[in-house]
Amino acid sequence: MRYSLLASLVLVLAVTSPALAVNPDEMLKDPAQEARARELGKDLRCLVCQNQSIDDSDADLAKDLRIIVRERISAGDTDQQVKTFVVDRYGDYVLLKPPFKASTLVLWLGPFALFGGAVALFARFYRRRKAGAGLPAPAPLSPEEQRRLDSLLKESRQ
Amino acid sequence: MIAEIGHFALVLALCVALVQAIVPLVGARRGVDSWMAVSGPASTMQFLFIAIAFGALMNAYVTSDFSVMNVAQNSHTEKPMLYKVAGVWGNHEGSLLLWVTILSLFGFAVTLFGRNLPPGLRSRALAVQAMISVGFLLFILLTSNPFARIEPPPIDGSGLNPILQDPGLAFHPPFLYLGYVGFSMAYSFAIAALLEGRVDPAWARWVRPWTLAAWIFLTCGIVLGSWWAYYTLGWGGWWYWDPVENASFMPWLAGTALLHSAVVVEKRDALKSWTILLAIVAFGFSLLGTFLVRSGVLTSVHAFATDPKRGVFVLGLLVLAVGGSFSLYAVRAPAMKMGGLFAPISREGSLLFNNVLMATGAATVLLGTLYPLFADALNLGKVSVGPPFFNAVFLPLMAPMVVVMAVAPMMAWKRGDLAGVLGRLKVVAALALAAAALVWFLQGGSAGPWWTAGGFALAVWLGLGTLVDLGGRIGLLRDPGRALGRALRLPRSSWGMVSAHFGLAVFIVGLTASSAWTIEKIQTQAIGETVQVGDYAVTLKAVETVPGPNYTAARATFDIARDGQSVALMQPEKRQYRMPPRPTTTAAIRSGIAGDLYVVIGDEDIKGGFVTRLYYKPCVLWLWAGGALLVLGGLISLADRRHRIGAPARARVAGVGAKA
Repeated sequence: MRYSLLASLVLVLAVTSPALAVNPDEMLKDPAQEARARELGKDLRCLVCQNQSIDDSDADLAKDLRIIVRERISAGDTDQQVKTFVVDRYGDYVLLKPPFKASTLVLWLGPFALFGGAVALFARFYRRRKAGAGLPAPAPLSPEEQRRLDSLLKESRQ
Repeated sequence: MIAEIGHFALVLALCVALVQAIVPLVGARRGVDSWMAVSGPASTMQFLFIAIAFGALMNAYVTSDFSVMNVAQNSHTEKPMLYKVAGVWGNHEGSLLLWVTILSLFGFAVTLFGRNLPPGLRSRALAVQAMISVGFLLFILLTSNPFARIEPPPIDGSGLNPILQDPGLAFHPPFLYLGYVGFSMAYSFAIAALLEGRVDPAWARWVRPWTLAAWIFLTCGIVLGSWWAYYTLGWGGWWYWDPVENASFMPWLAGTALLHSAVVVEKRDALKSWTILLAIVAFGFSLLGTFLVRSGVLTSVHAFATDPKRGVFVLGLLVLAVGGSFSLYAVRAPAMKMGGLFAPISREGSLLFNNVLMATGAATVLLGTLYPLFADALNLGKVSVGPPFFNAVFLPLMAPMVVVMAVAPMMAWKRGDLAGVLGRLKVVAALALAAAALVWFLQGGSAGPWWTAGGFALAVWLGLGTLVDLGGRIGLLRDPGRALGRALRLPRSSWGMVSAHFGLAVFIVGLTASSAWTIEKIQTQAIGETVQVGDYAVTLKAVETVPGPNYTAARATFDIARDGQSVALMQPEKRQYRMPPRPTTTAAIRSGIAGDLYVVIGDEDIKGGFVTRLYYKPCVLWLWAGGALLVLGGLISLADRRHRIGAPARARVAGVGAKA
C-alpha cells in the first residue's frame, strides 16, 4: 500500500520533469569507475518507479541507490559484488534482468522452447507433406474428362 | 446540446451495430440475400453516427466547452489550436472514441470498396466488425462516457500534460490506432473465412492491401512515438521496452509476419491456416495493447487510465474475442484444404522460417511484459523484466531472421537452390565480414562492445544482399542495356520489398552505432566555459528568460565549434508551463548523417553555472531514415496495381499487350 502510494507520487514526478537523472554532484572523479557505475545503474530498477532504471530516474530513492552504487565501487567492489550488495537489501525485484532460477525458468527458456516447438511442428508438417507426395498416382482421366481437357486446351490456344 | 447529440448518436450507433452483428450473419448462414444485404447500409449508418459523435466531441474541444467534463479535465483556453484538436484523443475517453471511429471507418470502407467480394464473405466479415464495435461502444457508454457534463462548469480547464503538447505526439495516437484497428480487417475476414470454411487467393488479395495499410500506419505511429521520446525526454533515448511500447510492438511483429504469409497464400495458395492464425493473433495483440494501456494494469509513464472497472471490462472483451476466435480456429482450421506443396528450402520455406522467428519474437515480448504480473499473481515473488532482458533474448532471435532475409527473396518458389543463392551472395558475405573487421579495428577492439561488429555485418549483409537481389531481378550484369527498362517494369510490390528490407539494414546501422558509441558529458558549466564532446567544442554563451504562448522558458545559447571554427548556435530550453504547472526540457539537436549533437540545459547550480548534458549520438538519423524506408516500401507496395480493386482483369490485359 505504502509502495503503491509512493509509486503514484513518483509517477507524477517522473512525468513532471523528464528523465534527467545523474547529476554532476553525484559523479565519481575517476571516469572509468563512473562509467562502471553508469552501466550498473542501467541494470538496477528504481524501486518506486514504473519500469525505470536508477540511471533514468529522478526519484530520490534512485538517487540514493546511485550513491550507494558509487560508494561500493569506490570501496573497491567488483560489479558483481555491487549487485549482490543491492540485491541482499532490496531482493531480486531490483534487477531489471531477472536472475536465472526456478521461478524465472519460464521467462528465460520460454522463448527458446516456443521456437523449438514451432520448428518441430513445422518439421512434422514437412515430413507429412513428403509422405503425402509419395501416394499412388491419381486415377487416369475418363474419356469424358479427356474430351473436356482437350477442348479447354484448344480454347486457351485460340 | 451538441454534446448530448454526440451521446445520443453513440447510442444509435450501438443499436445499428447490434443489428449489423446479427442479421447478416444469420442471413449468410441461411442464404437469405436480403438479410445479408443489411450489412452494407448498416455499416454506413454506423459510421455516420459515430462520426457525428466524434465531431461533437471535437466541437466541444475546439470551442473549449468546459461544461463537458472531459474537456474541462484535459483542455485549456490558452492551449494552441493544434493541441486542442489533438486533445480529443489525448485522454482515455476520447482515445476510445477515436478507436471506434476508425473501426467504423474501416467497416464503411468494406462496404464502399468491397462490392466485388463474394456477398457471403463480405456480410460475415462486416458482422464480425460490428461485434467488435458493439463491445467497444458498450465499453464507452457504460464506463467511459466522453460527453458527461460537469455542474457548475469551471472557468477554465486543467490543461494537457505539457510533454504531450508536441506535434510528434499529436499525430502518434491516430497513426497507432489506424494500425491497431486496421488489423481488425484481417481479423474479421479471417473469422469470416473460418465460418465459411474456405480460404482462397481471392481472400488473400483482399486482406493483403488492408493489412499492408494497417502495417504502414502502425510503423508510422511507432516511429513517431520513438522520435518524440528521442527529442522530448531529454537524454536521447528512443526505445525503453516500456510495456506501453511493447503493446504496440507486439501487433507490429505479428502484423509483419501476417503480411509475409499472406503473400504465400495469394501466390502459392499455401500456409492458409497459419495465415488465419496470424490474423487472429495480430488483432489479438492490438486488443491486448488497448487493454494494457487502458486498464492501468501495468502503470507506466504513459498509461493514464487507472479505473479497475474499466480494466475488467476490457479484459472480458479480450477473453471473449481472442478465446472465441481461437476456439473457432481449433474447430474449423483442421478441415481447411491443404494448399500448394513446397520444400523447406524454398521461398515459402524461408518465409515460414522468418515468420516463426517473428512470432517467437512477439511471444518473447509478450512473456517479458506480462511475466511480472504472472509472477506476482502466482506468488513467485516480485520480478522486474526490463531492457537488459529484452536485449538479451529478443535480439539474438532477430539476428538469424536478418540473415535469412537476404536469402529468402532470391529463392525460387516451391524448391529453392540454396547453394546457388549463397554463391550469388559470396561477395556480399565477404564484404559483411570485412565491415565487421573494420568496425572492430576502428573502435579499438574490445574498447567498444563486442556486438558492434555483428550489427554492422548484419546490416551490410542485408543491405547489399537486397541490392544484389534487385540487380538480379533487373538483369543488371546479364544485360545492362535493358536493365533500366526492366527496373521500370518491375512490379511495385518488388520495389516495396527492396525499400523495406534495405530500410531495415539502414535501421540496424543506426541501432548499433547509436547504442554503442554515444558520447555523454554531464557537468556544471559556467557561462563562457567550453566542454569538448567528440569533435565538437561546446561553449555555454548565455541563459535568458523567454516567454512562450502558455509557458515561460529559460533559453540557453551554446556556441558549437569544430576545429576551432564556429559551426552553429544551439538553443535548448527549460520550460515552465502555466497550466498544468509543470517544467519540461526541450533539447536542441543538430542532426547529421554521421551523428546528432544533442544539448540539454538543466537547473542553475547554487555555486554558479548550469547543469548541462551534452551528447554526441552517432547515426541516429539512420534510425529515422530506416523507419521512413520501411513506410515508403509499404506505400510503394500498396500502390501495386494488383492490390487495386478490379485489377486482376486489367492486369491480365496489360500482360498480353506487353507480350505482343
